[in-house]
Amino acid sequence: MNNLEQIRIHGRGGQGVVTAAELIAIAAFYDGLEAQAFPNFGVERTGAPIQAYARISKKKITTREQIYEPTVLIIQDSSLLDSGNILAGISDKTKIIINAKENRWDKLKNKKNLYFSPATEIALEMIGKNIVNTVILGAFAKYTKLVSLASLKKAIETKFKDKGEEIVAKNIKAIEKAFLK
Amino acid sequence: MIKNKITKKADQGKREILEGSRAVALMIKNIKPNVISAYPITPQTHIVEDLAKMKANGEADYEYLRAESEFAAASIVLGASAAGARVYSATSSQGLLLMAEVVHNIAGMRLPVVMTCANRAISAPISIWNDHSDVMNIKDSGFIQFFASDSQEAVNQHLLAYKIAEKQGLPVMVNMDGFILTHSYEPVIIPTRAKVKKFLPDYKPAKGTYLDPKNPKTFGAFFPPAYYMETRENLHQDLIKSLELIKKEYAFMIKTLGFNNKDNGLVEYLGPKNPKIILVALGSLNGTILETITSDKKLKTSVGLLKIKTYRPFPAQEIIKVIKAKTHVAVLEKAISLGQAGPLYNDVVEALSGQKNRSALIKNYIVGLGGRDISSEIIKKIIIDSPKKNASLKFYG
Repeated sequence: MNNLEQIRIHGRGGQGVVTAAELIAIAAFYDGLEAQAFPNFGVERTGAPIQAYARISKKKITTREQIYEPTVLIIQDSSLLDSGNILAGISDKTKIIINAKENRWDKLKNKKNLYFSPATEIALEMIGKNIVNTVILGAFAKYTKLVSLASLKKAIETKFKDKGEEIVAKNIKAIEKAFLK
Repeated sequence: MIKNKITKKADQGKREILEGSRAVALMIKNIKPNVISAYPITPQTHIVEDLAKMKANGEADYEYLRAESEFAAASIVLGASAAGARVYSATSSQGLLLMAEVVHNIAGMRLPVVMTCANRAISAPISIWNDHSDVMNIKDSGFIQFFASDSQEAVNQHLLAYKIAEKQGLPVMVNMDGFILTHSYEPVIIPTRAKVKKFLPDYKPAKGTYLDPKNPKTFGAFFPPAYYMETRENLHQDLIKSLELIKKEYAFMIKTLGFNNKDNGLVEYLGPKNPKIILVALGSLNGTILETITSDKKLKTSVGLLKIKTYRPFPAQEIIKVIKAKTHVAVLEKAISLGQAGPLYNDVVEALSGQKNRSALIKNYIVGLGGRDISSEIIKKIIIDSPKKNASLKFYG
C-alpha cells in the first residue's frame, strides 16, 4: 500500500457512486486505517455523471482537495469511457477497475493494471437490479487488497442496516461472488 | 493489515467513522436541547433530518418543530430561548439570509441560541456549493462565530458553543463547510452523555432572565437615543470579554473529553518557529493547507499555518502573538466584501496595524467561491506569490 491511496469513482446519479466511496472508507477504517470519503456533486439528477472520492492512509488525512491523481480508478458505468475525460490524472501505476466483461475501448489498449468485473451481470443475478456499486467493491477488495472482504461486509451491514436484512444479505452475496470471480 | 499509527487514549471514547452531519446530530442529541426548529436547505439537510429521525424513533425527547421557513425557524428558537429553553437550529446560504433579521434580534436580546451554519454560497447565480458568503452577511450581528476544520472540531465546537452561550448570555454559530465537512465520512469521537454532563450542566436560566408570567419581563423593547447606544457597547464589550471565557472553557472541555489538543480554541498555529510566510484561513481549507505544507520538505521549514477557529469575537491579540513584523501574511478566504476585499483580510490587517516596523506584506487571496475546488497546486501558487510586491487582492482557482 502507498502512503496515501486515492480512489476516484466515476458513475452516474442514482448508481450509488457516493455510497461506494463511503463503503470503502468505512471498510478501511474497520481494518484499522485512517480513511475519508466525500462526494463531488454535479447537478443532482438521475443519470448525470458523478464522481466520489475515498482516501486511505496509515496517517491522519487532513486534505480536502478533490482527487486529481488517483491510485485507483473505479468506473461503475463504462458508457462514461465513451465521452469525457474520466481517465484524467492516471499514471502507469493507477489500478483501473471497470464494470465490463472485457476491454472494448481503444483508449485502454496500452493501459496497464486493468481489471474487468462483470458487475452488472452479477448485480442482475444476485440483487435483481442493476445496482453495481457494492458488487464492484468485491472486485476492488480482491484486486487492490486495500480493504479486507470481512471489513467490506461489515461496512455493508452498518451502512445498509436501515434497508433490512434481505438487502444486506443480497449485497454481501453479490460482493462475495465478485470477489471470487 | 498494518495497524493504524494513530494511538488513542482509552478515555477519549470510541472512535467511529461517520458523516460530518451525522456526527453533529449525535453531538446535539447528547447535549439534550429542549427545542429544535429548522427548515431544510442543502447542505444543512442531513443534520436536521437526523435529529428529526432521532425524535421520531423515540431516541430523543426534545420538541422538534417543523417551520414554514427559516424566518419562522429562527423565530421559534428565539421564542423558546426567551422562555428559558435550550435550543438548536441549523441552516445554510439563502436560509441564513432569510433568518438575518431574527439573527440580529437573538443577539440583541442576548439569548443563548446555538446554530449550525453549513456554509454555502449565496445567489444569484444559484449555487448549492460551499463558500463563506452566507455567514459573512451576519458576522457583525453579535453572534460568536466558530469555524471547524474537520468533523471533530465541529463536534467539539458545538459542545463549547452551549457552554459559552449559556454562561455569557450570547448566541453562538458553528460554521462547517457545506459538503466538504457535512457530507464527508471521517473518523470522529462523539463525547458520551456522561462526559457532556460533566462539562455542560443542565440549563437552568436565572430567575428573572426569561419569560415567566410570575416575573413579567420585556425582550427587545423600544430604546430611544438616550439608551440604545449603551446596549450596543455592552454587547460589544461582552463579546470581547468572551475571548477569555472561550480560552478557559475550551481548556476545560479538552481536559474533560480526554483529548490532547494544544491550541486555545481561538487560533491554532502549525508550522516552523520562524516562518517566512504565514497562511491564515477559516474552516476546512486549513486541512488542505496543512497537507500541502507538511508534505513538502522546503515548505515545511519556511511556511506556517494560522487557523482562525474563533472568528467573532476576533482574536486580534492572539494573531499579533503569532505573526511577526518580518513575516509575510497570505489570507486565503472563501468570501469577499464586494467592492472592497475579503472580510478576514480586513480583520487581519486591522489586527496587525499597530505592529511596529512591519516590513513584510499582507496579501489577500479569494479562493473556492461557489464550491471551486482549492487544490494543493493553488495553495503552492499562492505561497510563491505571497512575498512578491504586486496586487494585494487576487482571485485564485
